[in-house]
Amino acid sequence: MKLRAARRRKQTIFRRVVVGLISLFFALPLLGMVEFTTRAPGGGRTLDTWATLFDLGAMDQDYPELKAGILASAGLTVLTVAIMLVMLVPTMTWVRLRLPGMRRLVEFICLLPLTIPAIVLVVGLAPVYAWVAYLLGESSLWLAFAYVVLVLPYAYRALDAGLSAIDVKTLAEAARSLGAGWPTVMWRIILPNVRTAVLSAAFLSVALVLGEFTIASLFSRDNLQVAINLLSKRDASLAIAAALAALILAFVVLLAMSFVGTGRRSQRPEEN
Amino acid sequence: MSPTQMPISDTAAGAGPGHGVAVTLTDLHRSYGPIRALDGLTLDIAPGEFVALLGPSGCGKTTVLRVLAGLEDADSGRVEVGGKDITAVPTSARDMGMVFQAYSLFPHMTARQNIEFGLQLRRIPSARRRARVTEMLDLVELSDQADRYAHQMSGGQQQRVALARALAIEPQVLLLDEPLSALDAKVRVQLRDEIRRIQLEVGTTTLFVTHDQEEALAVADRVGVMRAGNLEQLASPHDLYARPATPFVADFVGLTNRLHATVEDDRAQLMGTWVPLLPGSTRRGAAFVLIRPESIAVTADPAGRATVVTASFMGSTGRLHAVTESGETVLAQIDNDTVATFSPGDKVTIVPRPNPALAVAAAE
Repeated sequence: MKLRAARRRKQTIFRRVVVGLISLFFALPLLGMVEFTTRAPGGGRTLDTWATLFDLGAMDQDYPELKAGILASAGLTVLTVAIMLVMLVPTMTWVRLRLPGMRRLVEFICLLPLTIPAIVLVVGLAPVYAWVAYLLGESSLWLAFAYVVLVLPYAYRALDAGLSAIDVKTLAEAARSLGAGWPTVMWRIILPNVRTAVLSAAFLSVALVLGEFTIASLFSRDNLQVAINLLSKRDASLAIAAALAALILAFVVLLAMSFVGTGRRSQRPEEN
Repeated sequence: MSPTQMPISDTAAGAGPGHGVAVTLTDLHRSYGPIRALDGLTLDIAPGEFVALLGPSGCGKTTVLRVLAGLEDADSGRVEVGGKDITAVPTSARDMGMVFQAYSLFPHMTARQNIEFGLQLRRIPSARRRARVTEMLDLVELSDQADRYAHQMSGGQQQRVALARALAIEPQVLLLDEPLSALDAKVRVQLRDEIRRIQLEVGTTTLFVTHDQEEALAVADRVGVMRAGNLEQLASPHDLYARPATPFVADFVGLTNRLHATVEDDRAQLMGTWVPLLPGSTRRGAAFVLIRPESIAVTADPAGRATVVTASFMGSTGRLHAVTESGETVLAQIDNDTVATFSPGDKVTIVPRPNPALAVAAAE
């Protein structure tokens, strides 16, 4: 009994030390950012930088590129997630139902972007984007096409895990035998059962798009990271404050999404 | 009739006996690469009839069911339900209820919501929908499980809900694809009897696919034995067992002794006894007679020409293996009380009872 209690105490201490070290690893850079953005010119502390950041009128006038970057990143996030889900969920479901032999090939294609450096992607995509710009205009939103390619590996893994957890074929056939067409099967049967996987895929995509810099910068398009980079050349303190605010915002968005993902499950009655 | 047009009756459990329609499958062919799953299969099912398809793995029995459901397309042939050709009709418009081998309840829905799903698709008003769901839950005796999710129910309960869901839409045909194979033996027997009770109550034409012959013989009006994509024999359970049309059926359904005999016209002589032969038997010369264990009489006899190898008590019955002087092994089904009186090494006399049997030429 005593031995077990001692072991449990040891494990608790070990857990706390590990969690403490990891927290420190993540918190230190953030604390450094807070420290940097609150430095006063003559020594001491000031919140002037943060006041400037949240003075939306002044920011819009003095640093219009930041607002443009925020709006572009928001639009890119929504568009990327939408295109990814509309493209990937039905495709992966269809492959499982009708073309199981193609599964490995689809997996290979989806995981391929992991092995391609961003600069190579940009070189490859440059001629494509020349046409995109010619046909659809110069909007930064069209970066979403490239971002869909970037998020494919992560989204594929998340969705594949979700689809593997259910018997897609039997559920789809049961629904069809009851009179459901394919759109009903997708919307009312498959999607609700892979909701967590869809949210995970969206979650990863949001995180990736909000932090993307290389492709936007090399294509000379606006997004949040490009705007922060530009801002850093004019006001380093404000740029760091914006970066920290963006991090906190992304964290809040992801946290909110994870709550949406688990909200309905808790309504289920407990198993006897 | 499309699902959205289908009326759902106000009365409990559908329209009662006689509700079923005729099903005709004509010359169905289906190949998967070099494998012929269906090879010219033709099958007629009468309205309200319960037909079971039985056969070894890969004989094409599930393919028949899936072609009838529209989940697979036949390479050629014709599928008619209620006199209408539905060969090209998609699954969602075929109006068939199906219960699958794998648990197929929608995991994000309760039992009630699962049963309601097909009714919602048919745009049945909510009051009638609710009433119908309650009727179906009563029918499968699961009213107290209405608000449970699949993961909160046992396998047997899940399959009963799946059955209720399939029947709720008042399908023209009920398709059962080995719905009991994932269940344990006791639940299996209970649910098997329940399926038959419900089918008789609602009168829906039913096609039941199974590899378990006891299951097929116990519930079906007629049983079809399949082999290599075609029907070997379609008959009542009794006829199938007592009058197998082919050696394959005799071998596949139940236990069979294969004993040397001499055939003369419509009878065969084996172990000194004449046995009448079934139609389809060979007519002359040396043959094997396929004879059931219960058609073998065994008596203890110190001067007997056979020796007991094993005598097994099987609960409600007993089984005895004996070897004849010619080296043939004979399996006999005997009384569970009598079996205890035999021991390995005992001498016995074996006499075939004069029940009709099938004879095949010794070369086969």
